[in-house]
Amino acid sequence: MNHLGFEMEKVKIGSFDFTCCEGCQLQLANKESTLPDFLALLDIRNFREISSERLDDYVIALVEGSITRPDEIERIKAIRAQAKVLVAFGTCACFGGVNNLKNRIPQEEAIREVYDGKAVETMPSMKISDIVQVDYSIPGCPVSKDEVERIMVGIVTRSQVSLPTYPVCVDCKQQLNTCLFDLGEICLGPITRAGCNAVCTTGKTACLGCRGPAEELNMPAFLELIKKKGLSLDDLHEKLTFYNAFEPLATDET
Amino acid sequence: MIYKVISKREFKAFIDALVRNNSSFGPRKVDTGSNGEPIYQFMPVKSVDEINFDYTVTHSSAKHFFLPYRDELSHFNFSDGNWEQEIQYESPPIILIGLRPCDINAVNILDDVMLHGAYPSPYYLARRKNTFIIGMDHLPLPDCFCHSMNRHTVNHGFNLFCSDIGDSYYLSINSSKAFNFLKEFRIEEPSYEDNCSLIERRKNIKNSFETKIEVSGLPCFLDIEFDSPIWQKWGDKCLSCGSCAMVCPTCYCYSVEERFDVDLKGSTRQNHLYSCNLVDFAQVTGGHNFRPKNGDRLKYRYYHPYRGFAANDNQQICVGCNRCGRACLADINPKDVINDLRLERESCMICVSPSPDKT
Repeated sequence: MNHLGFEMEKVKIGSFDFTCCEGCQLQLANKESTLPDFLALLDIRNFREISSERLDDYVIALVEGSITRPDEIERIKAIRAQAKVLVAFGTCACFGGVNNLKNRIPQEEAIREVYDGKAVETMPSMKISDIVQVDYSIPGCPVSKDEVERIMVGIVTRSQVSLPTYPVCVDCKQQLNTCLFDLGEICLGPITRAGCNAVCTTGKTACLGCRGPAEELNMPAFLELIKKKGLSLDDLHEKLTFYNAFEPLATDET
Repeated sequence: MIYKVISKREFKAFIDALVRNNSSFGPRKVDTGSNGEPIYQFMPVKSVDEINFDYTVTHSSAKHFFLPYRDELSHFNFSDGNWEQEIQYESPPIILIGLRPCDINAVNILDDVMLHGAYPSPYYLARRKNTFIIGMDHLPLPDCFCHSMNRHTVNHGFNLFCSDIGDSYYLSINSSKAFNFLKEFRIEEPSYEDNCSLIERRKNIKNSFETKIEVSGLPCFLDIEFDSPIWQKWGDKCLSCGSCAMVCPTCYCYSVEERFDVDLKGSTRQNHLYSCNLVDFAQVTGGHNFRPKNGDRLKYRYYHPYRGFAANDNQQICVGCNRCGRACLADINPKDVINDLRLERESCMICVSPSPDKT
């Protein structure tokens, strides 16, 4: 790398989980073929899934999960104060994710259902950017390790970091998949940001939009498509709100 | 060209021998649509029984065999403060079975773009030279419009072309390789009846087109209609999803991406097929987007094949397969867009001036 005119330095990194399944963090330890090289880029200061060491001198913070408790607000603020770069890591951190399903019902009902009425301190789920400023977002449920590698390498080498702007259809067509609309299903591929290599639709599972909206998405045209095909607007609403990554349909549309 | 006739039974034996010994791809049914119609794609085949010779159309074209959706152009190795570029053009030989005349015409168009321009692509050349193409004719689907584009027949660009004349195929043999392969099989000189059957078959195909698009004078028309509100009207429907360009047999626009290896000891330069409909297609360094509106982007998807190439290369590069129209979730298709455009102007009565009288 010397020819680029700078010395490589490992980045001091911390990885933190909030309300989530920790599946995105687990991705960091995935893709074994390049794992040693990936870890060699990083000086891991704080990451409970792979080390018991807890140091607070990290520069980059990967933050996974959504915020659902008052103490999490304090914790994320402290991480923000320390980190030079804060990365919202995964769909829960970027959009609120599946956790946001509980926002649709009264809190007491959620607590009764899940905790059998035990006293639990909880509040409506929020994405990280609702509380603190986010510098980069890596969406995905879970995140794609390949994309994480690309972005971390970009940060380490100070080169441009970006996500695809176009929808999943591009990736999906490249896999020669049958369009799920041709099979009578609602798929959020046409309005969801690509970069996942269309893993779900390649497995014949409709896209639920875990990577959030593609740029400049055309929602009226997408709604028109659903109506024209005679597909269920309720089903569409379910899918759009699954990860909380899209604006819900206006009530007069459902 | 050498013409021969082969019985369908013998033809199957021939194809079976080919695909058992070579990396081969042919039309296969991959799904059944919710409308009950089979869905086909060009997929790997290992025996003749896996090939659907009576297929209608594949959803994606055969373009990616020549222009992969993602293609590594070069790898850079960093060492001692310097770097070396590694480029590989090798391409394993493959056999493509069942391409339609429009598909082969599309490959011929790609040849013009990739091989006959100022900067021939060695990547493309390697794949093209190592691909053995067996074409097959078919009766058009209701929405095929290759006849309007004059791409419903083909006379070069393949190794072997098969016309269905009932119990046998009328073979057009266009390469010594194909001729040598066929030597091992029972082929016959076309009889008088075979020739008649071929002509009859061609006539039947030609008369079966239901969709026609008037493309004569279209380049000039498009010039005049540059600011037409039609573009935004259709653009408003467009999902900017790029499906049309991905399935198109001639769309070749691409973006180039460079990426460090994770060990930082090297990097790759990759070519990625792109689409003029995608939102950042015309975005440049600094963030300015020359075509931020989907109407503008859609317009150029029509200008490139129907106008630009016609003006610069004396041919339109749409072959009329209508794969884009079938793939489009928003029901945008060349027939409706072009007819809409023509109708708008040709039915306009505001400023009509009479043509000069015949003298």
